[in-house]
Amino acid sequence: MSADTLATARPAVELEGITKRFPGVVANHDICITVQPGTVHAIVGENGAGKSTLMKILYGMQKPDEGTIKINGTEVSFRTPSDAIEVGIGMVHQHFMLADNFTVLENIVLGAEPKRAGRLDTASARRRIIELAETHGLRVDPDKLVEDLGVGDRQRVEILKVLYRGARILILDEPTAVLVPQEVDELFQNLRELKAEGLTVIFISHKLDEVLGIADAITVIRRGTTVASVDPREVTARQLAELMVGSELPTAETRDSTVTDTVALRVSHLTVEADGHHPPPKGVGFAGYAARLREEGKRLLLDDVTFQVRKGEILGIAGVEGNGQSELIEAIMGIRPAHGLVELDGRDISHWSTLKRREAGIGYIPEDRHRQGLLLEASLWENRVLGHQTRKPARRGIWVDRKASKADTQRIIEAYDVRTPSVETLALALSGGNQQKLIVGREMSGDPAFLIAAHPTRGVDVGAQAAIWDHLRNARAAGLAVLLISADLDELIGLSDCIQVIYRGRLVAALDPCEITPEQLGGYMTGAIAGNEEK
Amino acid sequence: MPAGLNRALLTVVGAAVAVVLAIAVCSVAIVVAGGSPIDALAAFFDFGESARAQSNSVATLLNRAVPLFIAGLAVAVGFRMNLFNIGVEGQYRIAAICAAFVGSTFTAPAPIQITVIILVAAAVGGLYALIPAVMKVTRGVNEVISTIMLNYIAIALSAYLLREPFAGERAEGQLNTTTPPLPESGMFPDLNFVFEWFGMLPPTRNGGLWGFLLVAVVLGVVIWVVLERTRFGFNIKASGLNGPAALASGVNPKTMIIAAMMLSGGIAGLIGLPEILGDRGAYTNNFTAGLGFLGIAVALLGRNKPVGIAFAALLFAFLDRAQGALQFADIPASVVTIIQGAIVLLVVVANEVTNRIALRIEERRAAQQLGRNTPVEVAA
Amino acid sequence: MTKVRKYHLALIAVAGLILVVSLVRVLTGFDDLTSSGTVGAALILAVPIALAGLGGLWAERAGVVNIGLEGMMVLGTWFAGWAGYQWGPWAALVAGLIGGALGGLLHAVATVTFGVDHIISGVAINLLGPGITRFLSEVLYKEGTPAAEAGAGITSSPAVSGDTPTISLPLLSSGPDLLGKLESTHWFLVADIAGVLRGLTHEMNLLVVLAVLLLPLTFFVLWHTAFGLRLRSAGENPWAAESLGVNVYRIKYIAVVISGAFAGLGGVFLVFVSDKYVEGQTQGRGFIGLAAMIFGNWRPGGLAAGSALFGYANGLQLRSAQTVNTFFLFGAVLLLVYIALQIRRMTAPDRPAELAAPGGRQYVLMALAVVGAAVLFWLWLVIDQLPNDFVFITPHVLTLLVLLVASQRLRMPKADGVSYRRGEQH
Repeated sequence: MSADTLATARPAVELEGITKRFPGVVANHDICITVQPGTVHAIVGENGAGKSTLMKILYGMQKPDEGTIKINGTEVSFRTPSDAIEVGIGMVHQHFMLADNFTVLENIVLGAEPKRAGRLDTASARRRIIELAETHGLRVDPDKLVEDLGVGDRQRVEILKVLYRGARILILDEPTAVLVPQEVDELFQNLRELKAEGLTVIFISHKLDEVLGIADAITVIRRGTTVASVDPREVTARQLAELMVGSELPTAETRDSTVTDTVALRVSHLTVEADGHHPPPKGVGFAGYAARLREEGKRLLLDDVTFQVRKGEILGIAGVEGNGQSELIEAIMGIRPAHGLVELDGRDISHWSTLKRREAGIGYIPEDRHRQGLLLEASLWENRVLGHQTRKPARRGIWVDRKASKADTQRIIEAYDVRTPSVETLALALSGGNQQKLIVGREMSGDPAFLIAAHPTRGVDVGAQAAIWDHLRNARAAGLAVLLISADLDELIGLSDCIQVIYRGRLVAALDPCEITPEQLGGYMTGAIAGNEEK
Repeated sequence: MPAGLNRALLTVVGAAVAVVLAIAVCSVAIVVAGGSPIDALAAFFDFGESARAQSNSVATLLNRAVPLFIAGLAVAVGFRMNLFNIGVEGQYRIAAICAAFVGSTFTAPAPIQITVIILVAAAVGGLYALIPAVMKVTRGVNEVISTIMLNYIAIALSAYLLREPFAGERAEGQLNTTTPPLPESGMFPDLNFVFEWFGMLPPTRNGGLWGFLLVAVVLGVVIWVVLERTRFGFNIKASGLNGPAALASGVNPKTMIIAAMMLSGGIAGLIGLPEILGDRGAYTNNFTAGLGFLGIAVALLGRNKPVGIAFAALLFAFLDRAQGALQFADIPASVVTIIQGAIVLLVVVANEVTNRIALRIEERRAAQQLGRNTPVEVAA
Repeated sequence: MTKVRKYHLALIAVAGLILVVSLVRVLTGFDDLTSSGTVGAALILAVPIALAGLGGLWAERAGVVNIGLEGMMVLGTWFAGWAGYQWGPWAALVAGLIGGALGGLLHAVATVTFGVDHIISGVAINLLGPGITRFLSEVLYKEGTPAAEAGAGITSSPAVSGDTPTISLPLLSSGPDLLGKLESTHWFLVADIAGVLRGLTHEMNLLVVLAVLLLPLTFFVLWHTAFGLRLRSAGENPWAAESLGVNVYRIKYIAVVISGAFAGLGGVFLVFVSDKYVEGQTQGRGFIGLAAMIFGNWRPGGLAAGSALFGYANGLQLRSAQTVNTFFLFGAVLLLVYIALQIRRMTAPDRPAELAAPGGRQYVLMALAVVGAAVLFWLWLVIDQLPNDFVFITPHVLTLLVLLVASQRLRMPKADGVSYRRGEQH
């Protein structure tokens, strides 16, 4: 391919004056970026700065309102992703774009299928994929169903998808968000190999240490526009942060321990079956039943999980996504039936409904605020009522107390600094950070005894992140027991009083956050370091 | 509140555009069929020559609107929580025949007699709707398919009931099979006196203006209050907007499905009563069919809100009333069905479009009020 | 490996089924249970259901729920009748196909372009289909038109002119008709198999054969071509497909239009069965086709089994309404088999943990099964002939029962019924 020789003369990607407006907001404004071929070019900016929109524009998923895109010196105009694929651009999306019920092979060839006599030529596709996988060190089994793959494998499939199409320019949108440090190292190794083969990589992130470790050039985006292009050898993380948010990045540091001796929530032997919940047979008892299930090699989503959270304590749960965190939350909330014991303030609540558990003082910041936390098409005050239907101030007999609910929503808006025109505004009109602050405010209402905070700062801007961390710390100081689940290891280590690692549905290690590094934590999370499971 | 007003206004405009477009589509059809759209339009507004005929036409219109309104309410209760009760058709048929039969077996003072009939109808409708609800809750059976199948079963079952166990005596030379007649105390008093207030002659055809209209109005108000003001209504709305979020908030989806289906079926049970209590006094084999399916259309047109449903029911009744007049004008009466179908399709399209516009406006408004002209990433 | 085992299982299931049916036939003396006449009728009746089901399959594999199949089928019947009486059966075929496809196009415009809820659009089409056909009949078949003189009325078209070719297997089911001879012996099992085979091969309409071939053709297209992969990707994860440059809108349009065409084709076959268009002749077969597809777990093979079941129930009911009673006996036998299997599982040494010491639930289920079997057996003994109304709803009741049993094991396409908009990820 002659691209290598050509490319040295011209930049691989040139973006000039890119502007994109959405109703009421400008997502990108006068963006200028030049990416040299055969380099890893990082684009950094905080959540909500406009990075993803920019990449969607570069990949043909959005059309810019103004500005030009040049690829290898030629001006292009993309109408659909296929136009971008055509000129050799490939994108690895932040949220994987994979069909779970398809095999790896089907996912990879989709849209660029090899054909023979009208049939899908799976044999040659398989050969090609295996060959690509071997040359780039991206091992996958082409005939496995994607739903059976872990996060790291899925990302490799995504990269293979892009390589299969012969892409020379790779865009990776927040590729490390769901990876543990070891996997990040592996990914970076892969990226370096790709770079060595002359490919250009555009790497989007807000994790500055990683960026400094891999990038050859860095462009900083702030509030939708490019504010600086810097050489990674000449800046520190601190300076980058300064450029990115205009101040130091907030840190998730907790000071003195406020842990008390009173146990707020105790979970004992929590076990969840993968193929539907069966009540333990009479006479056998739950313990014998669980042992039997294990013996038969039945898959368990949660396996004998035992822990306790005391008042004033934040217990962090670390784990690669899909190792049972969601099931643990759902079991504690009473959404998913489970074996074992859940006690709140010493009362057995194992058989209580979700409603009763909430009334008893369990608050819940869900992992996906759009899916589980909000009624997007309802007003803010209605969202305030959600989860508090049976409690003051929302309840008045069989009625919803609209007046009191609105007044209390106003209180949350003020106390939690939710930026909104009024309590009647629809939830979807708010930015992610403000939505999340509303949820935090709602879940802290009514004096919860115990709070589940699942990824409380995922996808929110730095300001909101700092505010939410403050609220969690203050509540902890006031005696709240918190179960913190997060993929952000700095957040976990910074906020938690104690960290439990979950791996394949089991708690495999209890760690002291003062003495652990993210790398060590990652080792436990991937099962590379065996924990204290052999008791 | 300007935002709410905006949204309401957009909705009305959308619906109006849809109706106009539907009329345009049908005008084309009429022209192709060799008729004149002007004649057709005239037929729709032709309420008759004599004063008596006009009164009759108005009564027919309102009498048609009442069951359509109730049917729309029944469907809307389910739709509000994304529960597609396509089974209203079957529920009201089976409820109507059971209520008519039970009502004919005893005689009591009118208020008691009528109350019992209404309660029986609601109970039967609710219980019949309980079947798909239980199937969904316990076995995960999609309610759309199950209610469709139950419609066929209900229709066959009511045909059987009418022929065998619930059959009344057939008069000499009478071709229709029918349940035994209700006693006099089972007939709902008519509202013909209302016409006199307006200086019109009282209608005479088909029992005049059926008194069940009052029940429908009360029902509409009650349903509005339940849906918009109570915690139950809130839970229905939350389940419809976002099931997982409702679940996480402590709403039990199974209870809600059972409750909403029973409520929907219970209302559906009343659909047949205006006709039975107002005119026929029995369930016969030429009892008005298809009201359940039309109820779906009415609910969609009224955007699942009682007030909207009332207007939609009146519109559909207005269109239906013209069938006779259309035939006189030598225009195929089935044009009415086409208009109705086209309106539904166009209205749901208009709903989508206006919804999207409304959300856009809301986003822009929020941004402006916050002075957020600084760029912000929009979550896709 | 797994494929072979599945295939074997299916064969064993069919063999077992024939055995049970044969047993019931000998016990009851209702020879119609497996007569070639019944099987032939069943096939003819299964074809429209299977075609509607295929329609559903194409649409739902591409992520569009299509309960408008019924309305599209109605359009198919009317156009088939209208073209058929003028230009013969082949024209009927083409016209019905187009009629259904137009209905599909409407559904596609509403659901794909405008993002209307799929169920709502389907309901609207089910209202529109009969409305449009009634209107067309009123215009084209009214008194004084040539059509009316040819025998049309407001509710029916004139008879379809001309015949379609039929074929039979030489020797076996025509001429010496060896299978026919075997069948008339009424021997246990032998006669049953002969009856089934003869029913499938005797004077079979060529169009029916072609229609049946559409099942494997669909399987091939959807699972073994690039186009099929793209179509299914639109039903599993349209955003992934979009990000790889697949034009999801176009795929969905094609799929839904084909879906409508299949439904229309199903209507054509109904017209062939009664030789003309009659208003309301679909009798909800579009919905039953949809049920057959769900029963078949969104796969062509399962769909074929589902339609065969419903077609058989329908055919039996038409051939001899009395025989439908044997369904009670049949149900009782199936329940007994279930109980026996359950007992074996519970007493087996390597029983799974959840059955190790059966809880109350198991016992309740077993008791219910026993009671059910007894009731069914009693019904079979007591009832001479079911009222016609009940006979008519046999397929509908079967659908409900099947859904009750099978619903939880089904896996529909992941993005089925999801309103997809380009560039807006969920």
